[in-house]
Amino acid sequence: MAKKVALLQGNEACAQGALYAGCKFFGGYPITPSTEVAEVLSVELPKVGGKFIQMEDEIGAMAAVIGASLTGAKSITATSGPGVSLKQELIGYACIAEVPCVIINVMRGGPSTGMPTGPGQSDVMQAMWGTHGDHAAIALVPASCQEIFTETVRAFNLAEKYRMPVQVLFDEIVGHMRERIEFPEPGELEVIDREAPSVSPEDYKPYDSTKGQVPPLAAFGSEYKYHVTGLNKADDGFPTTKASLVDAEERRQVNKVLDNVADIESNEEYLTEDADVIIWAYGSTSRSARYAVNELRKEGIKAGLFRPITLWPFPNKRTAELAVQAKAIVVPEMNLGQMVFEVERAAKGNCVVAHEGRVDGDPLNPGQIMAKVKEVL
Amino acid sequence: MAYDYDKSIRPGKLPHIWCPGCGHGIVMKGLIRAMDTCELDRKNTAIVSGIGCASRLPGYLDACTLHTAHGRGAAFATGVKMAKPEMTVICCGGDGDGTAIGGNHFIHACRRNIDMTYVLMNNFIYGMTGGQFSPCTPTGAIASTTPYGNPDQVFDISKLAIGAGATFVARTTAAHPREIDKLIAQGIKHKGMSIIEVLDDCPTTYGRRNKFRSVIDMMKHLKANSVSVKAAPKMTAEQLEGKFLTGVLFEDTEKPEYCEQYANVIKKAQSA
Amino acid sequence: MSGARLEIIERNCKGCSICVEFCPKDVLEMDVFLVTAPRPEDCIKCMQCELLCPDFAIKVHDE
Repeated sequence: MAKKVALLQGNEACAQGALYAGCKFFGGYPITPSTEVAEVLSVELPKVGGKFIQMEDEIGAMAAVIGASLTGAKSITATSGPGVSLKQELIGYACIAEVPCVIINVMRGGPSTGMPTGPGQSDVMQAMWGTHGDHAAIALVPASCQEIFTETVRAFNLAEKYRMPVQVLFDEIVGHMRERIEFPEPGELEVIDREAPSVSPEDYKPYDSTKGQVPPLAAFGSEYKYHVTGLNKADDGFPTTKASLVDAEERRQVNKVLDNVADIESNEEYLTEDADVIIWAYGSTSRSARYAVNELRKEGIKAGLFRPITLWPFPNKRTAELAVQAKAIVVPEMNLGQMVFEVERAAKGNCVVAHEGRVDGDPLNPGQIMAKVKEVL
Repeated sequence: MAYDYDKSIRPGKLPHIWCPGCGHGIVMKGLIRAMDTCELDRKNTAIVSGIGCASRLPGYLDACTLHTAHGRGAAFATGVKMAKPEMTVICCGGDGDGTAIGGNHFIHACRRNIDMTYVLMNNFIYGMTGGQFSPCTPTGAIASTTPYGNPDQVFDISKLAIGAGATFVARTTAAHPREIDKLIAQGIKHKGMSIIEVLDDCPTTYGRRNKFRSVIDMMKHLKANSVSVKAAPKMTAEQLEGKFLTGVLFEDTEKPEYCEQYANVIKKAQSA
Repeated sequence: MSGARLEIIERNCKGCSICVEFCPKDVLEMDVFLVTAPRPEDCIKCMQCELLCPDFAIKVHDE
């Protein structure tokens, strides 16, 4: 049977991906350019018995999402940079309390209100370091409407598997662009549900590290009663200031990501095998970069594209290898220099690392990227 | 005779963190009695709070307890209730948590008329941070950040809740323990947003700065200045000056409850 | 019938003296920072001490 096909906007594809993953709760607040995600889910969630709530503000939306997730419902919110800034408080809460949830950031330009209808890629460092305190982060950066669908599913999977917030960042260009989407059949994409506890309610500890790096999370309203707090806590969930317990818990929460990079990582490479110059690009910029690679090859320059789909944790190993292989890595981004610093760190001086930035609301075009490549070679 | 609180308290959690004479413990006992009156299955009860002294309450109680971020209790609780309407949801916290940093969540939870019971312990001060003035600190009072007397005007929390759309609003004080559990139980049974404001004492950071020689003075002050809503109509404006009304201040059983409204949304969506 | 057994949970008592002050029959006394019940025979079981104790430190038993 032929697959269901549709012409969908990136934001609509995101909502459809959430439904495919079994999402049952959306809490949000209207903000350009992400609003279509909310609009589609307000139509579709009640049809599958899910809940949609428009909260009083971005912080309240994040709070409702975490509260809903604690009852066992797969939960999502969608916003843009200004909203993510407001949500940081509770993104940190979801990190320390280890509550699965998905946060969509359809990136616009500029700091503050910036350019609400223009694209940007300037929230990529915020995705890692936006909330205070030490924590791990997972951020995915799809580059097409189809990929927004599949990466939204993967975001839920990672959130549920690693018991943490997962951010999906795509820029306004991909969010508002329409492309042909092939709907995967049910069962075609893996859908992961969080692990339920196997111990008796009396023996349940929500942060019991003897159950592995990611202890099972019970649902509120089941047989399990337990305590959740944003304070540093012991394995039973109650606050502690005991140095050894705080240290062990903080390290476990960071290491559950760092020790599983191979499972979380996802990259695409295009003509990198013999490349002298690597264009390291993500999101809509990677589309211009791919075009630039083809054009440069026509001119006899051996260019290749490295495209991270998982941006955080950072693709350290492969970036380092490419730095040894290539003469230069060019990092085009719709910002004034963010991921380029991570690339520089990973390259350890083994090749030239150059940045090509743009923040005027227009996408980076292939010509611009090609000019930069020629400049550094 | 002696009330069995022990079965509701998590083993090994007492003594609690509150200062000698702090009324929060009296309120917690009232909440336990109310939960017993309503025969709440603790597995199916979520107790949600923000940050502050009063927000430490959930940690002591054997239930699904959620100690969140400053002011966010009502918003987290909204998510819990929406996702699982069959759960009983109780919110608790203090005056600063609920009406300053959490003011927006508070009024909108009232507006939606979502079925939860919010026990707001109003002790007129930010206690945990050492006694800074809150939206409920009386004008002229001394706090650590109003050394010359508080220039701010005061929130009347119950009026705020009524204005925002809560459908059961009641007030009592820590000096009226039997009324605490009676009103909370009524709130739990009420279908919709219930606000129970309990005027409370903070001897450590409020009392000692404001000419209360002891916690006893504060308790007597709460008792002496309370007027039941039933007695108030017989009193003159002069007699009511500076007094706080206690009892059920507002009740509306007609306004639809939020989760029921959303259940209708689901019905419409599924029949479309 | 008056008189009751008053159980003081010393571990919980913080010595606020609310119970002493609000006991209508003067059953209780402060021993520096701890409440004591020297006159349990006068107790009328009004429960004020137990209800008003913020610290879960006093229980009024029938006998």
